Amino acid sequence: MPFINARAAAHKDYDVIVVGSGAGGGQIAYTLTMEGVRVLMLEAGRKYDASEAAMFQTPDVAPLRGMDTPDKSFGFYDATIDGGWQVPGEPYSVGTGEGETPFRWWRSRMLGGRTNHWGRISLRNGPYDFKPQSRDGLGINWPIAYEDLAPYYDKVEMLVGVYGANDGLENTPDSSPGCLLPPPEPIVSDLLVQKHSAKLGFPTIAGHRAVLTQALDWRTAPAKLHPGNPTAQKIIAQDMQKRVPCFWATPCGNGCSIRANYQSTTVHLPPALASGKLDIVTDAMVAEVTLHKNGRASGVRFVDRHSGKTLEVHARAVVLAASAFESVRILLNSHPSGSAEGLANSSGRLGRYLMDTVGSSLGGQVPILENLPPHNEEGASGGHLYVPWWGYKAQAAGKLDFPRGYHIEFGGGRRMPDFDTLEGLEWLTGGSYGAKLKEDARRYYGSFVHFSGRGEMIPNEKSYCEIDPTVKDRWGIPVLRFHWQWSEHETRQAAHMQKTFADLIESMGGRVRNRPEADGTKAISAGGSIIHEIGGAIMGDDPQTSVVNKWCQTWEVSNLFLADGAPFPSNADKNPTLTIMANAWRVGDHIAGRMRRREL
Amino acid sequence: MDRRETIKWMLAASAVIPLAQLEAAELARGRPYGTDPDLQRIYHAGDLWPLTLTGPQRDRCILLCDTILPADAVSPSASQVGVVDLIDEWISAPYPVQRNDRDLVLKGLDWMDSEAQRRFSKPLVEIATQQVHQICDDICFVPQAKPEFLEAARFFARYRDLTTGGFYTSPQGRADLRYIGNTPLPRFDGPPLEVLKKVGLA
Repeated sequence: MPFINARAAAHKDYDVIVVGSGAGGGQIAYTLTMEGVRVLMLEAGRKYDASEAAMFQTPDVAPLRGMDTPDKSFGFYDATIDGGWQVPGEPYSVGTGEGETPFRWWRSRMLGGRTNHWGRISLRNGPYDFKPQSRDGLGINWPIAYEDLAPYYDKVEMLVGVYGANDGLENTPDSSPGCLLPPPEPIVSDLLVQKHSAKLGFPTIAGHRAVLTQALDWRTAPAKLHPGNPTAQKIIAQDMQKRVPCFWATPCGNGCSIRANYQSTTVHLPPALASGKLDIVTDAMVAEVTLHKNGRASGVRFVDRHSGKTLEVHARAVVLAASAFESVRILLNSHPSGSAEGLANSSGRLGRYLMDTVGSSLGGQVPILENLPPHNEEGASGGHLYVPWWGYKAQAAGKLDFPRGYHIEFGGGRRMPDFDTLEGLEWLTGGSYGAKLKEDARRYYGSFVHFSGRGEMIPNEKSYCEIDPTVKDRWGIPVLRFHWQWSEHETRQAAHMQKTFADLIESMGGRVRNRPEADGTKAISAGGSIIHEIGGAIMGDDPQTSVVNKWCQTWEVSNLFLADGAPFPSNADKNPTLTIMANAWRVGDHIAGRMRRREL
Repeated sequence: MDRRETIKWMLAASAVIPLAQLEAAELARGRPYGTDPDLQRIYHAGDLWPLTLTGPQRDRCILLCDTILPADAVSPSASQVGVVDLIDEWISAPYPVQRNDRDLVLKGLDWMDSEAQRRFSKPLVEIATQQVHQICDDICFVPQAKPEFLEAARFFARYRDLTTGGFYTSPQGRADLRYIGNTPLPRFDGPPLEVLKKVGLA
């Protein structure tokens, strides 16, 4: 089974339709096909293969030196295709009511979705993150606990390859022995941050990223991933041997044709296709879930972007993993017997509790890093170290004015100069030009550090989406209208980030480029900017207050499941991708088990 | 009115319509590269949209680029590594940031020329290097520019960023900074000992 066209898919029967091919869709398609389940995957964008990646291209051969444009929002060579802050012909709207703040929606229309360009940061949620409401009375508990997901975190780490270390820190879980790959050596600015963060009283430890620092353990890992399933073991053992460890060059975000990092297209889809159980239809824009008369899902209706024609496909079960808000949109646009509120929405909670991550950044220049002997600092092309949240005890003691944590991602070093690497250098030079500017550039290049905070947003009633009553996309599908408000829980945290980063930069003997922003409402990034799209169809124990149960199965349609970030009732400071994958594996196991028992 | 008719009408009316409208029509010929461009191709200025600079404008650009980043013992001047072509490509591009820069740069180049005339009664490209520096010294740092030079100083700041951006993304500019990378390594060792010693970490 391979890539097929839309018409061919419409004439076949499948066990499961998976909508979306990113972290959630890729993982659940992998899990299901390894268990022998016949899967049809629908992807709204075009087919993509990482051999297309522009890995070694330099800015001088790109238009506009590779700088970002509205067409390529993260730069010319970023792996994203047909995506960005705006997708042509696919608008969305944003509410402008009193108190509402801006929201931006990043989308990707390509096989593998956003996994092609993401930062590869792969952090586990900790035990607190599943029971936030029990700890401090705010937010919503998950119906599952860390222990339910821990075995799946282990499996995902072993499958995709994550570097990191076990530091035994509070709410920052260790992995089981043998799960993590060794972390890369820190660069010199990393070590400087580590030294000074210790002075300020918080730890800097090995980052966790989905990059192969060495070959995967194809001899022993397959049996741990798929116990009692020799077929699956053989497929994944073969595929693991085809992935090449990182060669310490080129940006991960450009895509990786040697398959050294995780992209759904290089890690999940090849073995799933090798199983012979997966068909993929690309350019298939799903509009709605279709139902049998008995209320069960019969399949989905989609627009074939090549012909513009509407087609239907059918299966025993449907899994939505289209990205949290796109999955919500599909449900809101599905109208059983003329209901205006969408499918699986008797709780009225569909589209509610949208979350992103709190983001705030600050950069500076550190004199001790000037004029260092030239050496290669490219490493794994992302953070080798990071600062996990350190303030649990201070929060418990009431010493901080915000309830939840953030971690710090940082970078520096003598990376390949970009068009804007030396932009605005006059803040250091006083406006030099001529021979002096060339000397200044040599002096300051490589001496910059920047810090980004990534913090937990607590779900609130004012951040939600609904169907825009008038606007439709080019396919005639009604679009989402977003409403966004941060609370003081988030804005105070953003202000704290600014102060922490300034303290760090100054402790290193550096100068802060822009004055740290004390007003959290100005320090915080716009909603959606961090692209950690979570919530909208949360899981719970009570059908009155949640959209899906703990198996991410909709309360109302028993063969309809979610496998992206939509069911998460909280969005910890930990970047959500690893948790999306672990949860999708858990849900996939559940679906495969019920299929075997003929319950689906 | 269809496009062909529009062009005919515009050509006929070109003697009387304002310059800005002509420019808009000219710009409309350049198209964005879209959301799925060919990433493997090697692009040159002018491949994707028509360029803007006239001969005299190019000459002013060359002079200003090489005033900002002149040749020295380590590396060539900015214009020698294609920065003028880049600036032409940049200000001709059909995107919002670049359209803003187009206005700033074209006006700024004109201002430089008229300032040379005002001070030295010669076009910019004919005045002495020291005279160019006299003008640049008045506009090279926005926070210290006199009110009458503020607008020109904003132009100069942006033009300097375009020049450094173009220069340090060229192979010669990367070599000037002694950048090492973009080449596969068998392993990543972290900083050499001499680096750690220099920052007091070893």
